[in-house]
This record gives sequence, structure tokens and C-alpha cells, in this order.
Amino acid sequence: MEEHLVDWSRAQFALTAMYHWIFVPLTLGLGFIVAIMESIYVKTNDEFWKKTTKFWMGLFAINFAIGVATGIIMEFEFGTNWANYSWFVGDIFGAPLAVEGILAFFMESTFFAVMFFGWDKVSKGFHLLSTWLVAVGSNLSALWILVANGWMQYPVGMTFNPDTVRNEMNNFWDVLFSPVAVSKFLHTIASGYVLASLFVIGISSWYLLKKRDILFAKRSIIIGSTFGLITSLFLILSGDESAHQVALKQPMKLAAMEGLYEGTTDAGIVAMGILNPKKTISNDEEPFLLEVTAPYALSLLGYHDIHAFVPGIKDLVYGNVEQGIISTQEKMQKGKLAVQALENYKEAKKAKNEDQLLQSKAVLDENMKYFGYGHIKKVEDVVPPVAISFYSFHIMVALGSWFTLLFTMVLFFATKRDILKYPLLLKAALWSIPLGYIASEAGWVVAEVGRQPWAIQDLMPVGIAATKIATTNVMISFFIFATLFTVLLIAEVKIMTKQIGLGSESKEH
Amino acid sequence: MGFGTLELLTLQQYWWMIISLLGGLFVFIMFVQGGQTLMDKLSDSEIEKTMLINSIGRKWELGFTTLVLFGGALFAAFPLFYATSFGGAYWVWLAILFCFIIQAVSYEFRTKPNNFLGQKTYEMFLKINGNIGTFLLGVAISTFFSGSEFIVDSNNFVDWQNPLRGLESLLNPYNYLLGFALVYLAKISGALYFINNIDHHEIRQRAVLSIKTNMIFFLLSFLSFMTWILIKDGYAVDSEGFVSIERFKYFQNFIDMPIVLVMFLIGVAMVIIAVFVTVIFRKTCCIKTGGIGIVLTVMAVLLNVGLNNTAYYPSTVDLQSSLTIVNSSGSHYTLITMSYVSLMVPFVLAYITYAWYSMDKVKITKEEIQSPDSHNY
Repeated sequence: MEEHLVDWSRAQFALTAMYHWIFVPLTLGLGFIVAIMESIYVKTNDEFWKKTTKFWMGLFAINFAIGVATGIIMEFEFGTNWANYSWFVGDIFGAPLAVEGILAFFMESTFFAVMFFGWDKVSKGFHLLSTWLVAVGSNLSALWILVANGWMQYPVGMTFNPDTVRNEMNNFWDVLFSPVAVSKFLHTIASGYVLASLFVIGISSWYLLKKRDILFAKRSIIIGSTFGLITSLFLILSGDESAHQVALKQPMKLAAMEGLYEGTTDAGIVAMGILNPKKTISNDEEPFLLEVTAPYALSLLGYHDIHAFVPGIKDLVYGNVEQGIISTQEKMQKGKLAVQALENYKEAKKAKNEDQLLQSKAVLDENMKYFGYGHIKKVEDVVPPVAISFYSFHIMVALGSWFTLLFTMVLFFATKRDILKYPLLLKAALWSIPLGYIASEAGWVVAEVGRQPWAIQDLMPVGIAATKIATTNVMISFFIFATLFTVLLIAEVKIMTKQIGLGSESKEH
Repeated sequence: MGFGTLELLTLQQYWWMIISLLGGLFVFIMFVQGGQTLMDKLSDSEIEKTMLINSIGRKWELGFTTLVLFGGALFAAFPLFYATSFGGAYWVWLAILFCFIIQAVSYEFRTKPNNFLGQKTYEMFLKINGNIGTFLLGVAISTFFSGSEFIVDSNNFVDWQNPLRGLESLLNPYNYLLGFALVYLAKISGALYFINNIDHHEIRQRAVLSIKTNMIFFLLSFLSFMTWILIKDGYAVDSEGFVSIERFKYFQNFIDMPIVLVMFLIGVAMVIIAVFVTVIFRKTCCIKTGGIGIVLTVMAVLLNVGLNNTAYYPSTVDLQSSLTIVNSSGSHYTLITMSYVSLMVPFVLAYITYAWYSMDKVKITKEEIQSPDSHNY
């Protein structure tokens, strides 16, 4: 592979994914909030709720369009930028994408048209059903995409076929119900619900601060904060399970998330901390310039046992015999055996040498678990960027905690007091909208940067996964994408703010 | 008896048929793209243009979804094609994607206040998508017949041999034939759709006129394309997977697969009948006949190139690297699993039809678009 090609391919995928993830979480959550509002309208027959539903639906549509646009790029980028990966895993990864198209995306897009244009063309019941189906469809889409992503983090339900040189699925249910996929799905959609709730209460707060559309804003705030409080509690629960799965399946990611170099029992979690930029795996510098630790919490979070041993980066790289952790060097040797066995297998097949064929297959099977390590050049390469993982994780957790508190306060003051008299709280709600996006993006950074250098955990490093292409091509397309997405984002933000400025009484929605 | 009892080859053929069907449906739904290219020609005022854009705007997601599904199904059923074509013909596919990104936002953003780029820009985006996007898709599909320059190594990793990364397909004039055929076909189906969907005399009249003109260009390019593939050498594959050049292969495929030939002829006839009845008898319902005709025709062309021991994605630099439905497919288990999922397709088509019927039983009128309560694009 050409120098820098992998970095540019990574950068391009990260760019697309992060832009895509600006729009998707709002779609995931706002769809349900709108459906709840319309349900109230159908139940009460009160035109106020129809107007309220239409206002939020209008914002949903603006966001939806650009989410779809960036989504299609992601699907095809697997082929354009990660062609080798596409073949290596297409047999497994492609299936959830196809199912997503058949079962979810069609549902979403078909009923999207009914939801927006069917108000006076179809019955109230069918319209309401369409609104719910759009919400369900967008969440089902997320399910299949996250099943595919979960498989990359924790590959299960497949065997490696040396004849085709790829992984082939042998158990669809293992792929679908992989604990990593399930926890990833639940945590991700919950984050979307929380973000959408923040969006609703934040914008409603703005109206209240401006003393306009007051009834609309107050009622929206109650729905938004109720939905937000319930889903933020679910977010915490699913986050706990997510971290548990990371500890079990991707211990290096957990170590990076916590800046933990030396493994320990009774491990505490860093509540707040500043990493020492001079710290590397090969020196004895202190990992933190400043840290506040909650005792036992990391052992508890990771292994549901306050005394559990949590391996650090050094344990995972250099091995820890006492804890039964083998070193990366050893894994690399096994990986190289697997890579060589595959070559031998191909030669034996060409020469029609049955003995060598069986022998090579046996070596390959024995070492296949470490196949990807055969392409790793030095042991330190298996350490993901620690600072990015650490700060992203802590920002996500801190903000997630703040959101739960915010929803509780907003719901209390909106139902028990006159919330108009608490401008500070309203301002906090308004400014929490960008925080919601930061937390949401940080979550993906933890998940994706934390698993580097793997395209597929332990099986395929990103360096092998990339398309063989001149770097200039990827650089040019990176800048084209960056420009296009940025222009579209500016357009969306300007339209959104204008629509919000027009208020719920406007006919523009 | 379930899919589990079927042989791998049968499943590969089944999935090629599904891909062909999706291809047919996608080309049919490209009436949206065709409609986008006609919005200025068929309108005489801003309100008429808005009527046209709202008519096709309510269907654009279906085309997008079909494209996504087409990609997903190829990825799962024929992953080596996915890796080879998308990774190899990099710039052609990226150009197609750019054309589709700008379409997705254009409907929703076009008339919104403070839309930053201005209404004309979004309309230009729609025209780019309708003309260039459609043309490039035709060119990309045409490489199924003309071939591409790639080598597949022993790891099934792909090495594209041309530095233009897919743009070289534009240097082959034969590929333009299908590109233009698709563009004009989309315009015809767009006009047929408008006639059916919009209750407005002048728009219908202009649509009929545009069909007359576009039909001439369509027939010229489509018949040239068909003549080219019927007389050209094709890429045959034997039972050992050995690929060789065979004279009149695609013509022979039609002879060997009479059902596909009949499907093709019926499809073409239906398109012609739809146009004839619309132009002569001024009927408004012919998008259905024309639509089924398009699906059948495209499906037949794709079945022709994929079945009957044919390499559907030939390599012009290393014949043995050519892709066939056998050497590029997913595993037996995956194809079985996905085949069960494919049983959902009729249900999906049923609810799409129902939703379409419910929405379109009342045609778009000027009054509806001018109504203060309507959600317009």
C-alpha cells in the first residue's frame, strides 16, 4: 500500500461517518417524539397538537434528507475505499446491509411520503400509522447497520474459507444476537433519543426565553423532557452493558478509554483527569498530570466485580503470564503462521498436494484467531490513540450524566412550577443542544478510534482492508466530500434556524 | 422444501434474478430523474414547476432506497463484484454518488426560506442528478458488456490497471449508447408519470410533446446499443470456470434462454404501446404499462449478461479475472439466509403499492399546491 493511503482512507471514512452521525440521531429520536405528539392529536382531536406535530415534523424532514444523502456514501465507501475488506467480509457484512434495505429503509421511505403529504389524502389512522412506521423504520435501519458494525468489533458466526480467502457466515443468529451488536444497538439508539429530546427541550426553551409560542413550547418541553428522562436512564443502563462488552471483547479499547497502562485489581475509574502527553508505552512517565479516581469503579463497570483485574495497555502488549494474557509478539507469531499457512494452502491446492493441503489447513485453523496480527509490523501498532479514546469517553460520560440531571430538572419545573421563571435553566437547556451532538460524536469516536488498528477485530488491520489506489485519488475525493458536506451542513443549519425562527404558527412547515 | 435444499448454483442464479429485478425496478423509478430534467420544459410558470417537482418529489426516496438496496444486495450476494467495481471504477461510482447526494437535499431545501444556495442551485442539482447521474449509471452498466481493466489476485484482492479509475469507460463510445438510452428512457417515463399524476391540461400536453421527441432519441440509442451487444463478441465461461471469447454470445444467450427473449420483447412492446396509447389516444394511465415494460426489458438485459455461462463483468486485461455469478458470489449459507429474507419483497412491494395508491388516487392540482396547509417542496 502507498504511504499515507490508509490514513487518507481512514480520514475520509471518519469524515463521512461523523457528518452522517450529525443527522441520524435526531432522526432516530425525533421520529418517536413526533409520533407521540400525533398520537395525542388523534386521541384528543385538538388542532393544537396537529400544528405542534407538523412543526417538529418539518424539522425532521430537513434533517432526514441530508441524513439519507450522507448515508448512501457510507454504504458505497465500503466498496470504493475498502475494497479488500468488502471481499473479506462481504459474505457476512453485506447481508445485514441488504436486510436493512429490504426490511427497514423501504418502510421508512415509503411512509415518509405519506407522513408529509398524506395529511388530507389518507385517513387519520393510516397517517398516524405511517408516522409510527417511519420512526420504527429508521430505528430498524439502525439495527441492521449496528449489527454489521457490532460484527466488525466482535466477529462471530463465521468460518474462514481458504479457498475463497474470506470469512463466510455459518450462523446468522450469532451475528444478529451477538452481545456486542445488541448492546451497541441499544446504546446508540438511546443516544439518538436523548439527543432528540435535548433538541426539543432546547428549542422550546428558546421560545420561552423569547416569550413567544408559549403554550406550544411548554407542552413540547413536557413531552421532550419525559421522553428524555426515560431514555437517558436507559442510555446509562445500555452504556454500562456496552462498557462490560468492551472489557470482555476489546480490552485494549477499555485500557485506552481509561488511560490505563498498568493492569490492576480493584481498578478505579478516572472521574476526571489530564493525560500526561509525554507518556508512551515504552517509558516510565506517569500517565496523568492530574486525576480524580473513583475506587473500584472500573473493575465494577468492566467485569461487574469490584475486585476484578483490569488489564492495562502494557499487559495487553507485552503479556501478563500471571493473568494468562499472551503478548502481542506471540499473537504476531501465530498470525504470521496463519498467513504463511494460507499461502502454503494455495500452493498445495495448485500442485494438488493433498497432504500439504491438509497440513496447511490444520495450521491455519489453529492460528486463524490471530490472522490479522500476521500483518502487524510492530507490537506498539496495536495500541489505539490513547488521548483521543480517553477524552472522548470521559466527555461522553460526563455529558450523559448532565443530560439526565437536566431532563429531571426541566420536567420538574415544567410540571410543578412555572418554568418561565427559571431563565437560567432554560438557557442551560438551549446550550445543551450542541453538547448533545458533542456527546454523540464522542461516543462514536470512542467506539471507532478505540478499536484501531483493526478494521475487523484481530482479523484484518485497516492497512490490509484499504483499496489499492493512488493516494491522490482519495485525497481529492476527501476534499470534495468535505466541501460538499460542509456546504450542505451550513444550508441545513440556516434553514433549520429560519424555520425555528418562524415559529409553530408559520405555514412554512 | 426450503432454500436450504437448493444447490449453490441455483441460489446464485436466483440472486442474479433478484439483482436483475432490482435493476429493472431502479430504472423504472428513474422516472424521477427523468422528470427532473423536464421540469423547465413542461412548465410555463413557477407554480407549474412546483407542481412538477412536488409530483416527483413524493417518490424520490423510493429511487434512493432501491439504489441502496441494489448496492446492499450486490454486496451480500456478489461481494467480489462490489469490491472490484466500486473499488476499481472509483471515480465513476463517486461521480454517481455525488449526483445522488445533491438530489437528496434538493427537494426539501429548494423553496425553504434562507436556503443559502438559492432555489436555482437546487434546481440545477436536480438537473445534474437527472442527466449526468442517469447517464453515468448507463455507462457503468454498459461495462458489463464492454469490460473493464482489472486483475483479481490469488487473495481475491483487486488491482485496477487503468489510472483513470473507471473514467476510462467514457473513452469507449459504445458505452455512451446505454448512457443515452437510459437518459431518454427516464425522460419518457418521467413524462408518462406526470401525465398520470398531475391533473393539469397544459402540463399533460407538453408532456406528450416531449415524449414524441424523446422517443426518437431513445429508440436510436437503445436500438444501437442492442445491435452492438447482439453482434459483439461475448465472454463465455465453461464448467471449470475458464473464460473465453465467444462470437455473438449475447445473441446466443437470447436464443438459449427463450423466456428471457420473450420477456425482453414483451417489455419493449409494452414501452412502445404505452407511448403509442399516450400520444395517440391521450390516455393518462400508461406509466403502469410502460413501467412494467421497463422492468421486464432491463431485467431481460441483465439476465442475458449474467446467466447461461456468461462472465457478467469481464476483464479486458486478464480474461481469467472476469467475474461470473459463480466466482463472485456469497457463500451457500449466506445466499440461503438472504433468500429467506427475499421472501419479504412481495410484502414490501405490496405496501409500497398500497401507499402509492392511497396517495395518488387524488391527483396533484394547482389548488393543492397553492393551499396554505400543504407541505410543498
